[in-house]
Amino acid sequence: MSVEKGLRIRLRDGKIGRVTFGKVIGFLLLSAVAAFMALPLVYVVTTALKPLNELFYFPPRFFVEQPTLKNFQDLFLALDGLDVPFTRSVFNSVFVTVVVVVLVIIITCMAAYGLVKHKVPCGNLIFSLILMGMMFSPYVIQIPNYLIVNGLGMVDSYWALIIPKIAVAYNLFLVRQFVQQIPDPFLEAARIDGAGEMHIFFKIVIPSLKPVIATLAVFSFVNNWNDYFTPLIFIQDEALKTLPLAMQMISSGNSIARAGAASAATFIMVLPTVLIYVLMQKHVVDSMAHSGIK
Amino acid sequence: MQSSLQGSFLKKVNTYKTGVLFVLPFLVLYVIFVLAPIVVAMYLSLTDYNLFEAPSFVGLTNYQLLFMDDDVFITAVSNTAVFAVISGPIGLIASFLFAWIINKAPMSKFFSLLFYAPSLTSAIAMSVVWMYFFSPDRYGLINNVLFNLGIINEPILWNTDPDTILLVIIIISIWLNMGSGFMVFLAGLKNTSQELQEAGQIDGIGNALQELIYIILPQIRPQILFGIINGVVNAFGVFDIALVVAGLPSPDYAGHTIVAHLYDYAFIRYEMGYASAISVVLFLFTFGIGQIAMKLLSSKE
Repeated sequence: MSVEKGLRIRLRDGKIGRVTFGKVIGFLLLSAVAAFMALPLVYVVTTALKPLNELFYFPPRFFVEQPTLKNFQDLFLALDGLDVPFTRSVFNSVFVTVVVVVLVIIITCMAAYGLVKHKVPCGNLIFSLILMGMMFSPYVIQIPNYLIVNGLGMVDSYWALIIPKIAVAYNLFLVRQFVQQIPDPFLEAARIDGAGEMHIFFKIVIPSLKPVIATLAVFSFVNNWNDYFTPLIFIQDEALKTLPLAMQMISSGNSIARAGAASAATFIMVLPTVLIYVLMQKHVVDSMAHSGIK
Repeated sequence: MQSSLQGSFLKKVNTYKTGVLFVLPFLVLYVIFVLAPIVVAMYLSLTDYNLFEAPSFVGLTNYQLLFMDDDVFITAVSNTAVFAVISGPIGLIASFLFAWIINKAPMSKFFSLLFYAPSLTSAIAMSVVWMYFFSPDRYGLINNVLFNLGIINEPILWNTDPDTILLVIIIISIWLNMGSGFMVFLAGLKNTSQELQEAGQIDGIGNALQELIYIILPQIRPQILFGIINGVVNAFGVFDIALVVAGLPSPDYAGHTIVAHLYDYAFIRYEMGYASAISVVLFLFTFGIGQIAMKLLSSKE
């Protein structure tokens, strides 16, 4: 007979669990690693709130002693040396990202629905071409992409940041798995009731894809919000530059006043992605279970 | 005869019409901006092209120059390979290990947020943070801590010393990229079958390690395959971290990667043919390793 070790506790699901010494140590270790992982993000918050003198303490301090919003004020109102106000870069990023996210959702869901629930010539070939697209770095196609975007006259316009970013192989791969789970009789019934295909798509298919659409929204928001390379090669016009480029300009300036503004800008760049993820966390975890390659 | 041919054609059009219309917008964009560019890159890699004059065919000269004469490219390949070989497996194993632990731990939602949050940021967005953490003087956080612990007497020149640049890139990259693999594994683990685990216990599986190897890993094989392919694509595409840490060009090219070389030749020197050869090499690396992973781990025989 084995001797039961540790404290018996009742878990939420009603089972009896035991808190052993090993488990406590494990939990503490996990907490330590998690705290370590969180360190850079905590620093983003504390340093954004630091007054100028605290930014240049020696030895430097991690936490803020007298938090202030002065850095944000500097960033938005008084940042000289930038040709374009920071608010313009924020607008560019928000606009481009939101448009891409909306188009990605509509066009990807349409394609997945067409591929799975309708007859398409060479459907299997199309799918293996999609799968292939997941297997190389997007940098591989940057040069031809540049030539194409240039040829279409889209360089130095919002279009250059939007149109090439809509058809992403991984997105279609993910949504496809969810469309497969929509029962066919469900769609047939609607057809018999005389519903048109557009009606079926928007009133039946889209609502039943909600969790994966939330996931798609998070991923394309994060990717496009953070995208540095695309605007780097396509945008020369200062007025059209998005946050990552503005970020780099602010933090590369060496003046002391810039340090505060740069930390505020970092906070503004990181916050939206974390917020969106927190709002959608449940959906993301649920739908990621389907992203394995069989 | 003709009318029946026409009839069957019309029939075909009718069966395919709806599906094609739904797929078309995606497919057109995918062909123009993903598939065609691969073919174009392969063609351009065989030419000399500077954007202003029409490309002239030069055969395999670009590849020859790339591998025979371009020492910086060889440095870039070796940096990228070292980076991939170290950060790839560490990232993959760490992300799986933490997903496995956090899936069973209390407060798993909170922990998974902490582990996933870094991958919501980007190297550029966090550049202010890296400058502080890895600053090559006594102001830098890491140097400061090491000083106070008495481990070092001289500041480590993290982002300016060729010996440490790659290490810094690897550390930042693991922090930044671990989250996506972690999330896929976590989701896969949540869906593993409880019954199989109980059956395993009856069949004499005694400890957590045996359960991991015989029960859990086989069930999340699709997630592992995805994690590997995703990791390879990420590892070979390393660029903006290197740019933020060490600049372009970096001291002694210690932070020079394949994509940095590609960017340099394409968008600074406008040698598009030569740069295309670099991107074809990059394509072959990632696609080749992806195919090997598929062969080894895919369930379709």
